[in-house]
Amino acid sequence: MSNSLPRSQPPLAAPNGGAVASLGRPGGNNERLVQLEVLRYNPDTDTEAHFQHYEVMCQEEWVVLDALNKIKADIDPTLNYRWSCHMAVCGSCGMMINGEPKLSCHAFLRSYEGVIRVEPLTHFPVERDLVTAPDDFMEKLKRVKPYLIPKETKAVSEGEYKQTPAQLMKFRQYSMCINCMLCYAACPEYGLTPSFIGPAALTLAHRYNIDSRDGGRKERQEVVATHEGVWECTFVGACSEVCPAHVDPASALQQMKITSSIDWIVEHLIPGGKS
Amino acid sequence: METISIDVVIIGAGGAGLRAAIALAETAPQLRIALISKVYPMRSHTCAAEGGAAGVIKPDDSFDMHFDDTVGGGDWLSDQDCVEYFIHEAPKELLQLEHWGCPWNREADGSVAVRPFGGMKKKRTWFAADKSGFHILHTLFQTSLQFPSITRFDEYYALDLLVDDGRCQGVTAMEMRSGQLRQFHAKAVIIAGGGAGRMFPFSTNGAIKTGDGMAMAYRAGAPLKDMEFVQYHPTGLPNTGSLLTEACRGEGGILVNKNGRRYLQDYGMGPETPVGQPQLKTMELGPRDRVSQAYWHELQKGNTVTTQWGECVMLDMRHLGEKKINERLPLVRELAEAYLGVDIVKEAVPIRPVVHYMMGGISTNTAAATPLPGLFAAGECACVSLNGANRLGSNSLVELLVFGRRAALSAIEHIESLPAANTAALNARAEDTQSRIRELFSRSDSTESMSGLRKEMMDTMEKNVGIYRTEEGLQEGVNKIHELRERYRRVILTDKTTVFNTDLFQVLELGSMLDCAEAVTVGALARKESRGAHQRLDYVERDDKNYLRHTMVRYQGMDSPCVDYLDVVITKSPPGVRDYSGDHK
Repeated sequence: MSNSLPRSQPPLAAPNGGAVASLGRPGGNNERLVQLEVLRYNPDTDTEAHFQHYEVMCQEEWVVLDALNKIKADIDPTLNYRWSCHMAVCGSCGMMINGEPKLSCHAFLRSYEGVIRVEPLTHFPVERDLVTAPDDFMEKLKRVKPYLIPKETKAVSEGEYKQTPAQLMKFRQYSMCINCMLCYAACPEYGLTPSFIGPAALTLAHRYNIDSRDGGRKERQEVVATHEGVWECTFVGACSEVCPAHVDPASALQQMKITSSIDWIVEHLIPGGKS
Repeated sequence: METISIDVVIIGAGGAGLRAAIALAETAPQLRIALISKVYPMRSHTCAAEGGAAGVIKPDDSFDMHFDDTVGGGDWLSDQDCVEYFIHEAPKELLQLEHWGCPWNREADGSVAVRPFGGMKKKRTWFAADKSGFHILHTLFQTSLQFPSITRFDEYYALDLLVDDGRCQGVTAMEMRSGQLRQFHAKAVIIAGGGAGRMFPFSTNGAIKTGDGMAMAYRAGAPLKDMEFVQYHPTGLPNTGSLLTEACRGEGGILVNKNGRRYLQDYGMGPETPVGQPQLKTMELGPRDRVSQAYWHELQKGNTVTTQWGECVMLDMRHLGEKKINERLPLVRELAEAYLGVDIVKEAVPIRPVVHYMMGGISTNTAAATPLPGLFAAGECACVSLNGANRLGSNSLVELLVFGRRAALSAIEHIESLPAANTAALNARAEDTQSRIRELFSRSDSTESMSGLRKEMMDTMEKNVGIYRTEEGLQEGVNKIHELRERYRRVILTDKTTVFNTDLFQVLELGSMLDCAEAVTVGALARKESRGAHQRLDYVERDDKNYLRHTMVRYQGMDSPCVDYLDVVITKSPPGVRDYSGDHK
């Protein structure tokens, strides 16, 4: 292609000569000293959790995760938290920021004044510092059978199951869950009743129930339509408010309650109406 | 140290690892599978892939065309037997995902929809809005939950392969929650550990992409292949490096310089096509290597736009309209809005090339087998030689599936007739890992900070192994990475506690990245030609006489690695000219 073009320049270097390692952002002029109060707990050495105060110079456009990364790289390598994608899709970096469940990669410093308080995601046991144990969620996710149970079996060689754009749109929103568990931290019911299956797992069950290719709703109802299932939800709606992927679990749970009620009516009130 | 005896160990639970696990569980349900990952499966970086996955499905398309696009896109460094296998398996795998519930976008008649992608002569990229990788990963993860033979070991950091009697028979790993070491004794090991983009400072890759799987195989004696081929994606957000998918251009977005000129026409990808009517395989739908290289030339000419985040060109999608953007590119709109404050419906967005993908990796053949018996690899960590010198967008998500499955089938075949393991020998290997970790905790002459070494590595890679390379720069890179590997032996472990010690994991990840970086720099210095993503200012032509070969880099401890070469498999397409000039000749 361009072999005839001049090639006398040095290879590409970052415009600022290499960005800060873990941040990948070039320098700017809008620096700001940010103060954070981070909950620390190490089961090896601590009998109880305590707050640690950090001050770190940040770019105004950074997110809380960037501040934590700078602390970890330059100030305190012993601080622990999870993160990966830095684009709100991997779901690793959920934590409480000023008391609200947030993805720290999507919590902009410009939204906060004064000292920013950072704590592990509430309603989950703490492993260490900002790292919580998601075992309960992982177990519940499995229980709701969040996979396609085909209405009719078909060999792959026979091609795709047809699904119209309208049929796709019915469930697509509910398939966007990134499993970040912010909704569990926000859900007062889950805080009170840990056996509650909870917003994300129930929403994923619903996602498959209403997929035109799926025939597994009855199988899932054994878990979903129980006391621990949708009926535990009191429709506070906090789950939908904190969801970073706009999944709206509250609406999924309401739809499930309606269909479960119809099941009950068909079964109990309509003569001969065993569903 | 606790020993877990199992049939097959898979390291990495992203797209390739999950696909392998499901294939094992379906094909040989009697086998016990351990799926080890340093993160919960949903966190794997497959989730960040946006644009889609290529597979021939429409009547106007053909396997031959997918073959030609892939081989030409790879600048003839692809193994053509591998490409042949891949293109035929691709639609089957994508249909299989559809049967597992993947929410692919649809046509009005309910069939699967496809979109245009760079370097592809036909529309053949299946997509789920601009979250295709996310949906593939979650579909695979959720599907995997129904198989009792898969036991997950989430948040276990794999350390060393256990090799005895000339074959791979397991791995050591640390449970991150407890800091406890475990050894897994297995009849076969599949590595699906992802790429190593984090050795560069400006990358689309998540924090976890540190090349641990590549480095582990390399240290155990499996060669790394074609590591010098590092793909820059043309359109990254200039501050965070977040990916703006190639589908931005597939849907009709255009690239302009500071004068408003669609500059790709000046670099062999013209003539200009009408705005909003993207034409396949030309202009904005050129291949990634060429489009990224064009940015570099615009930078030299002073045609870039100076922003607070550095020198950029502009990606303009305004003419697509809000409705299409929301339907096809919702994530792109969100990302640009949140991290840059730009609404792509109303403004062009500044972008620049960003390190995205490693074409190279653990050397494998079409059966996903490495030269080390018992060791298989798939996905970005492997180099099966599908992608050659430059991967086409939307081939890698399919590669995960095709070769994840293939690795599983090969592993099943491998374990059919194996002699009994020498447990004592494996235990001794595992002790070596333990000693290595103990030494890190007890070392007294530590002087080097982890973050300091990491920054020097990243700066070296960016400065010396970027889009365009020179002998002088590469030699400096080789020397510097060698020096950093020396200094790494004195790296400080600050945190000496046991529970979820990310200081320790970052130290170990840095070791992996330095090993990978050495293979990249050494391979790049030795390849005195320009091909695909490896462009040399001092050897500007492709040299088929001397370099139509794969670079094989072999680990030699603290000494410089050995470099030798392996012939490229050519079956039907002799090296030719890469033509991205559309219909004009």
